[in-house]
Amino acid sequence: MSNIKYILGSFGDPDEMLHGIEKLQENNIAIYDVYTPMPIHGIEAKLGVKRSRLDVAAFFFGITGTITMLTGVYLATAVDWPVNIGGKTHFALPDFIPITFELTILFCAFGLVGSYYASTHLFPGRAPRVMDLRATDDRFIIAIDAKQNTEHEKIDELLKGAGALEVKHNERKYLSYE
Amino acid sequence: MSGHSESILREPLITGQNITYAQITEEILSPVENKPNKAWWIGFILALCGATLWIVSVGYTFWFGIGAWGLNKTVGWAWDITGFVWWVGIGHAGTLISAVLLLFRQNWRNSINRSAEAMTIFAVICAATYVVSHMGRPWLAYWVLPLPNQFGSLWVNFNSPLVWDMFAISTYFSVSLLFWYTGLLPDIATIRDRATGVRKKIYTIFSFGWSGSVKTWQRFEAVSLILAGISTPLVLSVHTIVSMDFATSVIPGWHTTIFPPYFVAGAIFSGFAMVLTLMLVVRKVLGLENYITMFHIESMNKIIILTGSIVGVAYLTEFFIAWYSGSQYEQYAFINRATGPYWWAYWMMMTCNVISPQLLWFKKVRLSIPATWILSIVVNIGMWFERFVIIVTSLHRDYLPSSWTMFYPSWVDVGVFVGSIGVFFTLFLLFLRVLPSIAIAEVKMILKTASEQSKMKLIKEGHLDKEHVAEYVESLEKFDSVKQEDYAKI
Repeated sequence: MSNIKYILGSFGDPDEMLHGIEKLQENNIAIYDVYTPMPIHGIEAKLGVKRSRLDVAAFFFGITGTITMLTGVYLATAVDWPVNIGGKTHFALPDFIPITFELTILFCAFGLVGSYYASTHLFPGRAPRVMDLRATDDRFIIAIDAKQNTEHEKIDELLKGAGALEVKHNERKYLSYE
Repeated sequence: MSGHSESILREPLITGQNITYAQITEEILSPVENKPNKAWWIGFILALCGATLWIVSVGYTFWFGIGAWGLNKTVGWAWDITGFVWWVGIGHAGTLISAVLLLFRQNWRNSINRSAEAMTIFAVICAATYVVSHMGRPWLAYWVLPLPNQFGSLWVNFNSPLVWDMFAISTYFSVSLLFWYTGLLPDIATIRDRATGVRKKIYTIFSFGWSGSVKTWQRFEAVSLILAGISTPLVLSVHTIVSMDFATSVIPGWHTTIFPPYFVAGAIFSGFAMVLTLMLVVRKVLGLENYITMFHIESMNKIIILTGSIVGVAYLTEFFIAWYSGSQYEQYAFINRATGPYWWAYWMMMTCNVISPQLLWFKKVRLSIPATWILSIVVNIGMWFERFVIIVTSLHRDYLPSSWTMFYPSWVDVGVFVGSIGVFFTLFLLFLRVLPSIAIAEVKMILKTASEQSKMKLIKEGHLDKEHVAEYVESLEKFDSVKQEDYAKI
């Protein structure tokens, strides 16, 4: 009994899983995390996951791109090597709108995706923290920390009552990926 | 999301009864997890022959210089830039489908976006190879970048549309790649969790450790939405800037303000045509009729009529403005296009781009797979001729009649172009073997709301308006993957 680290409720249907989350929360059982093969709208609110601030980050990355291009072009065309093109101003702003726009998008996209990878710990070769192999296929998994929530039988019953097809008692947190 | 049902009036996006999440995974991954069939090998070997031709032709160009092409002192830009613009145009559909249709909440994008984005990336690769190979001295390709150098620093000319183009194409390529790859992560994880041995190790590296936890998914959706938001103006800017390569010059026939919107519409037009050319075959060969349905095909055909008609209006406007401008050089350029020595190219363009897509107004044509497939190829032939007409007919009779001439492609020109198609198909066929051709997670998302089985369940529950149900059942007639007898009973 005491070797169990995580209890996994494996559901075949997202609505039943949402029901399972409600049931557990009504009984004050803390949920460690939920793993699903696709995004399920509504669980983040139930589990209290805060709103993403990636949009704010994206905006500032984009602005950085704008400033970088405008400064760079200004330095190149008006300060470092001004070229007289038909007597026009050296820093001909309308000409530089397209490239400024492109660099804004470029910085915004790379900054955004980079922050996303960093904040969710995604990088090439990272060992996957997977609790159940079918969580990327057809099962919706609710994971409960068995050390903190000791009423294991009650948890099993709640999960099964909500429609879990399977309840697993895992002695290891993650499946080995070695 | 999964708690709501979509209106019965909308056509289903996934057909078939008793489709489960496991079955979606199984069916979409079957080409990735099994050995390829004969059709794939035949296609791949043909494509590889094309790619070899490309290597030979581009190698020949690099060794002997662009004198190997059919260019002369009057026509200094021909098949190279035609091929470049053609490929960039084709490369527009992927991001359009994944970004613009996401912003408009068009759920039918979910089963075609992955392949369309892959196609975009490969088409932009083909376009980029043209840029490098027509530089003449490709080893100096880095000169287009504003890098500090020992000539001053002498900077690139930031006023030049060619420099803007470099920024646009490279931004477009890298942002599309990011968008595509981030969307692929959950699906690579699906393959990883089902694989064994070396395959598992490889997919583990490429899955970036995806787990599918709540926070990852929530952030994933935020990222997709923001990327869609920034890619939408990006995709429109790319062909706008490509058109400025011509529009900012003072060549009659190029120097027109209509070019940006006209090129963007043409790009969407040819991009969707290429998506159809590929997807109609993929759907059949890989047995994905339940996910890429007649509704998807019809929707794409509707976009083709719309953009094809915009292109048609642009052709006529161009002609009108040439007359209205009162500039005899401009007028001559257009008369020469339609009646000069390249009249056949002009009328080829007119027929393929303006006249034949109008056939899609007929429901029968729009819903016929062979007709749609042929029309999609005709559109891309027409779009190639459009670029050829714009580029070569504007150049071959310039201001000085003594230098008027014709353009004849050399075998190297033909080799580079045919070869680039080979490169494209080689990459696309490899993609079908190693990555899922449909976004698995995104299709699973709509299974409970927009599938035929969920709508069937609603009908059986019987709280719906009879007229609405009748209308829905009627709309199912066009689907080749729906069994009509299931509805006869109701």
